[in-house]
Amino acid sequence: MVGVHRAEQAAFLLCRAAAWGALAALALVVMVVFLEGAQVLSVGFLTRMWSHRDISQGGILPAIVGTLFLGIGVTLVSIPLGVGSAIYLQEYGKGHFARAVTLAIRNLAGVPSIVYGIFGLAFFVQLLRLGTTIAAAALTLGCMTLPWIIAAGQEALKTVPDSFREASYALGATRWQTVRGAVLPNAFGGMLTGSILGISRAMGETAPILMVGATFYMDYLPASPFDKFMALPYHLFILATQHASPLAKSYAMGTAMVLILLVFALNTGMFLLRAKLRRMKTW
Amino acid sequence: MSVKEKAIEGFLFGAGISSVVILLGIFLLLAATGLKAFSAITPIEFLLGTEWNPTAYGTPRWGIAGLMMGTLMVTAGALLVALPAGIAAAVYLAEIAKPRARELLKPAVEMIAGVPSVVLGLVAIFFLSPLVARVFGLTSGLNGITAALVVGLMALPTVASISEDVLTALPGDFREASLALGATRWQTIRMVLLPAARSGILAAAMLAMGRAVGETMAVLMVAGNARAFPLSLFDPVRPMTANIAIEIKEVVQGSLHFHALFAIGLVLFLFTLLVNALADAAIERQRGRHRW
Repeated sequence: MVGVHRAEQAAFLLCRAAAWGALAALALVVMVVFLEGAQVLSVGFLTRMWSHRDISQGGILPAIVGTLFLGIGVTLVSIPLGVGSAIYLQEYGKGHFARAVTLAIRNLAGVPSIVYGIFGLAFFVQLLRLGTTIAAAALTLGCMTLPWIIAAGQEALKTVPDSFREASYALGATRWQTVRGAVLPNAFGGMLTGSILGISRAMGETAPILMVGATFYMDYLPASPFDKFMALPYHLFILATQHASPLAKSYAMGTAMVLILLVFALNTGMFLLRAKLRRMKTW
Repeated sequence: MSVKEKAIEGFLFGAGISSVVILLGIFLLLAATGLKAFSAITPIEFLLGTEWNPTAYGTPRWGIAGLMMGTLMVTAGALLVALPAGIAAAVYLAEIAKPRARELLKPAVEMIAGVPSVVLGLVAIFFLSPLVARVFGLTSGLNGITAALVVGLMALPTVASISEDVLTALPGDFREASLALGATRWQTIRMVLLPAARSGILAAAMLAMGRAVGETMAVLMVAGNARAFPLSLFDPVRPMTANIAIEIKEVVQGSLHFHALFAIGLVLFLFTLLVNALADAAIERQRGRHRW
């Protein structure tokens, strides 16, 4: 019996080590980025245009603005389609067609981001002649984000009890009136949090915008969706791999820090919002 | 039904069909562009040729076997990291951890998936790869091992969170019956719960494999990207994804090289469809078996 007990202790220790090890790896990555990145973080770094010749004189404002614009673009592309699609599948769709759509969504979620990238390059950039613009990148990232938004939307709709729908029908409401009046208000929170998580992930994606052509250097802010753009992940990728300056490493870390803060701020905000909305539910 | 309601339902239907349209669109575009490459390259040379050198002086080489080998090595290495660690973490979260540790760890593990892969690549370039070089006595740490470690960390949350869902969803009677027969908690986990969850865990492994095969940025930054056929994980490798990312900006649109890169994209796309189908089948089996 002593042997059995020992084996159990050893096994539990390994399992615990794996879980805490994963947390430690995350903490280590964030710590490395923050310690190095903090050295270059300053008001100037956040608010100035990028300076190619002397990178210590420049800032990453165009990359921050570019990434925010991309986030807005992706929202405009993927939220209406994704939420609409989730409502269709959960509240209307039945049978073979709905099953085919569900299958397509699951497969879309598995397609590698670089494949979305070459699709975006061939379709949005070249075939539709959008060029290497915010619009082309937002459409590409929007396609990639769509399956995540749909999945989050479906999950949120599933949490609304059927009794809500039945009560609404019993009062004589039509299907859309039921969806709008009884279902959506109660699923709204879940949809919002899931969507924003998806958008924040899209803002950190690099491979697709590498394909559709983010630019490394511009000395103005994009003024329209059909402008070129800089983006934080692409900026730090170039700094880390293709920049000769000895300062490039620190500036890459600083850029990574801003990106992480942006993504984590959105994530944390959503966790808090989700917790709050969950407490408000009374059924 | 009013006109307005008809219009709304029309929009919802259109949104619903959009995923199918996008998936078909990606497939058709990749196929239409990629298959053009086979007017000049034989499929045999493409799939079995060990040398990829499209810009060679004289006779360009179009074999992607070396690139596929790179993908295979990094993926296998990543799964060696992610599967044991991910399953162990899932067992801890689902069966062992106290509620408070669980509340802290579960979102933290999921947050790993929220770290942009380019940031993991960045940290790996400057910290992990020198470490790997020193530990294994290599001149450069930009090789298959470093790539496998980074991709393994990225695939870990997929394994952990799906496996944990599967374990948590197992009926409570399994646990109670086993403990009532006098088994210890670990014996229960090893001989009852993990076997009962095996199809679901297989699905998690499949999805993690899909992620590892498709991962681009971290691999592009730390794998070394040499075109030589890799013989071991200690060699610099160039997986298929990294190859597309490196070369697509340099090629002329509509050239043979451009088409060949789309053919590689088509291979990736078809592979992920296959992996997804296998994962779906495994999930269905798990559901059928234990009402998951």
